[in-house]
Amino acid sequence: MKITKEEILYVANLARLNVDDVEVEKLAAQIGDILSYVDTLEKVDTDGVEPTTHAIDLTNALREDVVHPHLGAEKTLANAPDEEENMFVVPKVVG
Amino acid sequence: MEYEVVIGLEIHAQLKTNTKIFCGCSTAFGAEPNSQTCPVCTGMPGVLPVLNKTAVAYAARAGVATNCTINRVNRFARKNYFYPDLPLGYQITQFALPIAEHGHLDIELPDGGTKRIGITRIHMENDAGKLNHDPMRPISLVNLNRAGVPLIEIVSEPDMRSAAEAGVLVRKMHQLVRHIGVCDGNMEEGSLRCDANVSLRPKGQEEFGTRTEMKNLNSFRNIERAIRYEISRQTDILDNGGEVIQETRLWNADKEISTSMRSKEDAHDYRYFPDPDLLPVVIDDAWYDEIVKSLPELPDAMKARYVETLGLPVGDAEVLTSTLELATYFDACLAALGTPTPKQAKLAANWVMGSVLALLHTEGMSLATVPVSADMLAGLLTLVEKDVISGTMAKTVFEEMAATGKEAKIIVEEKGLAQVSDTSEIEGIVDTILANNPSEVEAFRGGKKKLMGFFVGQVMKATKGKGNPKVVNQLLGEKLK
Repeated sequence: MKITKEEILYVANLARLNVDDVEVEKLAAQIGDILSYVDTLEKVDTDGVEPTTHAIDLTNALREDVVHPHLGAEKTLANAPDEEENMFVVPKVVG
Repeated sequence: MEYEVVIGLEIHAQLKTNTKIFCGCSTAFGAEPNSQTCPVCTGMPGVLPVLNKTAVAYAARAGVATNCTINRVNRFARKNYFYPDLPLGYQITQFALPIAEHGHLDIELPDGGTKRIGITRIHMENDAGKLNHDPMRPISLVNLNRAGVPLIEIVSEPDMRSAAEAGVLVRKMHQLVRHIGVCDGNMEEGSLRCDANVSLRPKGQEEFGTRTEMKNLNSFRNIERAIRYEISRQTDILDNGGEVIQETRLWNADKEISTSMRSKEDAHDYRYFPDPDLLPVVIDDAWYDEIVKSLPELPDAMKARYVETLGLPVGDAEVLTSTLELATYFDACLAALGTPTPKQAKLAANWVMGSVLALLHTEGMSLATVPVSADMLAGLLTLVEKDVISGTMAKTVFEEMAATGKEAKIIVEEKGLAQVSDTSEIEGIVDTILANNPSEVEAFRGGKKKLMGFFVGQVMKATKGKGNPKVVNQLLGEKLK
């Protein structure tokens, strides 16, 4: 399957990845190969097969609505590059 | 040119669960920043979400209450985008198979008619964290206490044709989610939020125009104002031969304008796919029945019952069903009265809407703690009904009940407030009054009929207000002939 340079740049942008021209060529070829391999699945006859999202036929892994002990702000923020007033500091986002 | 306005709403309601949708962190509002967090809701690597059963039940309740079909098998999907308030890098929501769809709600129009608004779907999802923008420095602070709080998003069909209709739907939805106990409806705290999709099309045209999405509408007033603003903005563009750009706009309540929120090059491509970490949700017959049974009588049904069975005016029914608590109080009062006649029902309604609501407003009490319970109010009304006390005296007794928490009957006994209906007792008093005021009696008989008020007043004074006005009037009438 042929993947264009534009498609690679589009997907990279969605994933917030910077890729240079050399990487774009390489990734286009690799992703093309992966998709061609996945295309093999198209050959399988799926007539009458329900679309599946899980390999195992399980449903309803549910939890009762009971509060558990909290980790606490200190632990939650332990690996934050920057914090202030018990909150994560990030570059300003508007909206 | 004349345009037709087309409006669809997306209403986000936080579910009133104790814990978040995929972890056991508390959802209590107003806690210290990031104190209600854990590895799941902060998106740490390797953690797995586990769905809150109550959140599913509440979402399904909302679906049933809006006449939706409940998808007995529904599932979660990932909506991928980056934003600092979304630690996972994706929102867990429902896409292909939401919990509820194809519903409707009838709204009341100002002209007295009703209009059916389609409910496209209701899906479950997690809320994002809260961003605090520093006014001075180029930083934002992230608080993840809200991240993972369960939401339902209620999506309407583009069935509304004015800002007023949109306002009615939001109010109705707000009342409904509170009534069925799935959302506290606190708009200041963001428990209920609304986005509006607005477009215009030339009158008579079938095809929809380009729409914009207005975000951040967090009060009833803002919703209608923002939509009106957007209608005039789009009208200006179209009248001047321009084209409306499909975009998300943010309402600024202080400046009363909206601004474009996201630039064009930031294309939306959410790449939804089924979340492999969450299993499909199956609502079997037993669970479905349990959910249906958990619903109280819905506001529209209550209103219809008050109007059709009890004969109450529509306006009264609206007030009494404004909250479930008030309607429950009124119903309890009716039940204590037995099988009330329309006259009794109206009397009870007047007391609930008058004295009881006034007590709540002036004393800041809730119906749960109000000293005059529904049973006690019924006791008071029974005394009025049986002519033990007059309606005027009942007001005094009610005040005493509110102050002391005592039953009406006890107060009437203790204070000797029962009205005197015994004809012989009142007759004696009437005779004395007439004997002491011979000139007034003469004047009355001579044609000064206005003096009747004077005689009634004298008798009431002598009985300390306890004389049964009917008996007093009757006796005076007979004796003054």
